Amino acid sequence: MRNLSALRRVDPVGKIEGNVPENMTTQPTASPQSADHKTLLAATDLASVRGERTLFADLNMHVRAGEVWQIEGPNGAGKSSLLRILTGLLAPQAGQIQFRGEPIQNCREAFHAELLFIGHKAGVKAELTAIENLEFYAAVQGQPISAPPYELLEKVGLVGLEDIPAQRLSAGQQRRIALARLWLTDAPLWILDEPFTALDVSGIALLEARFAEHVAAGGAIILTSHQAVNSAHFPLQRVQLRYQY
Amino acid sequence: MVATRTVFLQLVKRDVRVALRQRSELLNPLIFLLIVVSLFPLGVGPGPDILARIAPGVIWVSALLSAMLGLDRLFRDDFRDGALEQMMLLPVSMEISVLAKIAVHWLLTALPVLLIAPLLALLLNLPTHAWGVLWLTLLFGTPVLSAAGAIGVALTVSLNKGGALLSLLLLPLLIPLLIFATAAVEAAVSGLSAAGPLALIGAFMVLSLTLAPFAVKAGLRVSVN
Repeated sequence: MRNLSALRRVDPVGKIEGNVPENMTTQPTASPQSADHKTLLAATDLASVRGERTLFADLNMHVRAGEVWQIEGPNGAGKSSLLRILTGLLAPQAGQIQFRGEPIQNCREAFHAELLFIGHKAGVKAELTAIENLEFYAAVQGQPISAPPYELLEKVGLVGLEDIPAQRLSAGQQRRIALARLWLTDAPLWILDEPFTALDVSGIALLEARFAEHVAAGGAIILTSHQAVNSAHFPLQRVQLRYQY
Repeated sequence: MVATRTVFLQLVKRDVRVALRQRSELLNPLIFLLIVVSLFPLGVGPGPDILARIAPGVIWVSALLSAMLGLDRLFRDDFRDGALEQMMLLPVSMEISVLAKIAVHWLLTALPVLLIAPLLALLLNLPTHAWGVLWLTLLFGTPVLSAAGAIGVALTVSLNKGGALLSLLLLPLLIPLLIFATAAVEAAVSGLSAAGPLALIGAFMVLSLTLAPFAVKAGLRVSVN
């Protein structure tokens, strides 16, 4: 908190250019007062400093049900840091994040129960098979699976590979194990770091279809991607981060 | 909301599964312990009196060193593959998840030591009437190793070469445990009551198991930064 004023002083160009929705009217600035019942996650005046470098400052986001937010920016601009800050894994240098109007540090467990985060490192255990990995995540997400989820495995293209330890699968296949969690959750808020990495064309299409389904059901997604996301089926908000020196 | 018990049991189940598929990593510390203990009769000579005299210290020092060997497994792999982040995002208090990790670590590293303890005692000619107390010191002392070790690993997991640092950090902290554990066994050897030092080790165990999860949580928060 004490860095906030300093940040604003040294970083006049550190303002976020984006925050202007691509195909919607202007986004109201998030503030605790304006948080309506559809607001899932509201970030106010976020700032992050890594080492000596300010990644971003005065960042405001107001993620409501039914929205997809894409964080864009060059390598090292702070996209992953921003996502990790939004999940509560990292503490921001300044600013506040609220989930359903409540600061996330006050409702950590309730927030995490409604959050699905798949990071750059996906959390797939290399020694375990696809089914064993999914069984674990399904159970701790509160959606335990009793029988092997063959339908899901077929959908994500892992049929025939379900008994092989993940370390012997390709990068894309390991990614698919992690992303299969998207079909095993009822968490309304998804935060995904580069979900399309290592996926082939059919995998990307599958994922975009799942995104559309989730958003239509009232969920929200925050993701980073170097790829253009096909936003035919959902409104896409963009946040542009610039590399700061 | 997922029940805390479910999360705890699922974490234990997954980690045991993972560990059983890396058997060499599990066995190495145990074999190390056996070899170190069996080196002493070769090094100091097979005089049964000398061996019996140094047995408590040798067994405990070897147990400490072998515990250091496998300790960084606690969070290292989870840190690398992202499972640690996922663990921190589970909808339960993180202390519970940490306790699950400590429990698995104890189950997989300390339980085998408890099983081969009589063999170690035999190798060093420890009088049989002290075996029970040796076993009790290990039973109460090894959870302290796992819990205090978890704090050290949580602090060093993000460093590339945390291994040596971990030992430097932890071994001084474990000196009281070593002193009271060997004192208990020596008391038993000389036919005295070992209740005092044993009770102290028991207190160490309760203290470390209740307080370590909070310290580990704070350490992990720093490490994933």
